[in-house]
Amino acid sequence: MPKLPTFDDVKGNVQDNVIWKSIFRPGSIYRKGYRDTSRDRALASMNNVLYHLHPVKVKRHGLKLTYTYCLGGLSFFMFILLTVTGIFLMFFYTPAAGAGTEIAYLNMRELSASVTFGQLVRNLHRWGAHAMVFTVFLHMARVFYHGAYKPPREFNWVVGVILLLLTLFLSFTGYLLPWDQLALWAVTVGTNMAGFTPVFGDQVQFVLLGGVEIGPETLLRWYVLHVLFIPFITVIFLAVHFWRIRKDGGISGPL
Amino acid sequence: MSEEITPDQEVYDRLIAEGKSERIARAKAKAAAVRASKIADGATLGPRSPEEAQKALESARAASGGGGVATKTAAPAEGADAGGGGRLTPEERAARVAASLGNGGKQPASMGVPTSSTHTHRLLALVPPAGIQQVQSKQMDKVYTWPHLLLVEFVALLAAGSLLLIASFFLDAPLGSLANPQEVPAINKAPWYFMGLQELLAYLHPMVAGVTLPGVFVVMLMAAPYVDKNPSAKPENRKLANMAFTFFLAFWGMLVVIGSFLRGAGYAWAWPWVQGLGFTL
Repeated sequence: MPKLPTFDDVKGNVQDNVIWKSIFRPGSIYRKGYRDTSRDRALASMNNVLYHLHPVKVKRHGLKLTYTYCLGGLSFFMFILLTVTGIFLMFFYTPAAGAGTEIAYLNMRELSASVTFGQLVRNLHRWGAHAMVFTVFLHMARVFYHGAYKPPREFNWVVGVILLLLTLFLSFTGYLLPWDQLALWAVTVGTNMAGFTPVFGDQVQFVLLGGVEIGPETLLRWYVLHVLFIPFITVIFLAVHFWRIRKDGGISGPL
Repeated sequence: MSEEITPDQEVYDRLIAEGKSERIARAKAKAAAVRASKIADGATLGPRSPEEAQKALESARAASGGGGVATKTAAPAEGADAGGGGRLTPEERAARVAASLGNGGKQPASMGVPTSSTHTHRLLALVPPAGIQQVQSKQMDKVYTWPHLLLVEFVALLAAGSLLLIASFFLDAPLGSLANPQEVPAINKAPWYFMGLQELLAYLHPMVAGVTLPGVFVVMLMAAPYVDKNPSAKPENRKLANMAFTFFLAFWGMLVVIGSFLRGAGYAWAWPWVQGLGFTL
């Protein structure tokens, strides 16, 4: 019986070829010969796509869980999770309503009844959305109590407030999409308030609803806002937010 | 993933004996072990001190011929004619370029870089200090992002992800009956994060509660860093700011709780243990 190759043999052969080396840049922890030295730890950051987010070294005090509670990172994680689950839901959803053609609502019923993992993914999307509003809000409170908005981070705080508003708007536009009683009337309450904007009230409400009252046009409008327009704006502000953290000298503190 | 490195015990003991901290001794002992293994593999190591680097540079210059001399002649000239100002007149600059090129002002294809040189970059421009953002970075206690930060983040991500997955497995998202514009439900509420506004609506004119106040709050929030001129970030130095913000959060939190849990049919006051919980996430 031929001798079976050992795990190290297989690992060596897998790592030591043109394809593997083309994927993992020099310094990657997956390259052959990575050693736990300062030099290789630095290279591991520098040759990773995450170098766009993280510098090679970070302040030691920022690692303490009770300093940040990971709230900013978790908000971003929720955003990614919502994007992934949202794309899944888009395969099974048509933003169409109206007398006799209540496709959106029927899609919701089918999603929970006959789509594999449909109900689970919808739950993840729903609870994830609430969680994101909550983590973004807690993140803001954490930053305030640490005085982390002080110079040079003033503008990044403003970007953060805009991101909070975008998060609320993202969540609120998604609220209408199931097209059930809960969605319709929650959104009615919200958009009625917008109608009381001084001077332009009626115009603001008309633009939001795509008509004088909530109807099929509103559903289509909010669908596009929810899956494309606001995520697009949010990604731009997220990029600025993350970039400014680096430019403003990394995490704030120590206190 | 990583090869195990056995730190050089001899170096470690020597550094500890010299009174160096455990962390530094361990790192240097590790580095010594790596260096030794590299030399054993026949690798040439880089210079270890500025003097060594200078020596290596000079020998490289001597080996490559006269090409690198321009830099040497230019250095004293700068001290002489630029004086304290550091600015050159266009004539001086042209003269210096001609001298460094050493062929009467005609630019060779290599632009002053010796053809034997392996350098692939050249100086394009000098940027005045005012054009660069000044960063006053202090020496701080820092650690490597990999593995310290990335591992913590990965664990946080797994924990949050599994928590959400477990919640989603046991709790189903609500789905009411088909939307019907003709039938107003008895309990009619906005999503929880807008309940503060809806609760205000019960007391104030819609234009104030729904538009003006939230607008003012958002502007106040955005203006906070420009209004708060206190340079200290220590909690004991910013009691007013922390108190104001806490009141602000408590005010909203209270409105959200009242609106979510203590309002029932027709948005009238309702105790959840009497009329039932009129709240859907």
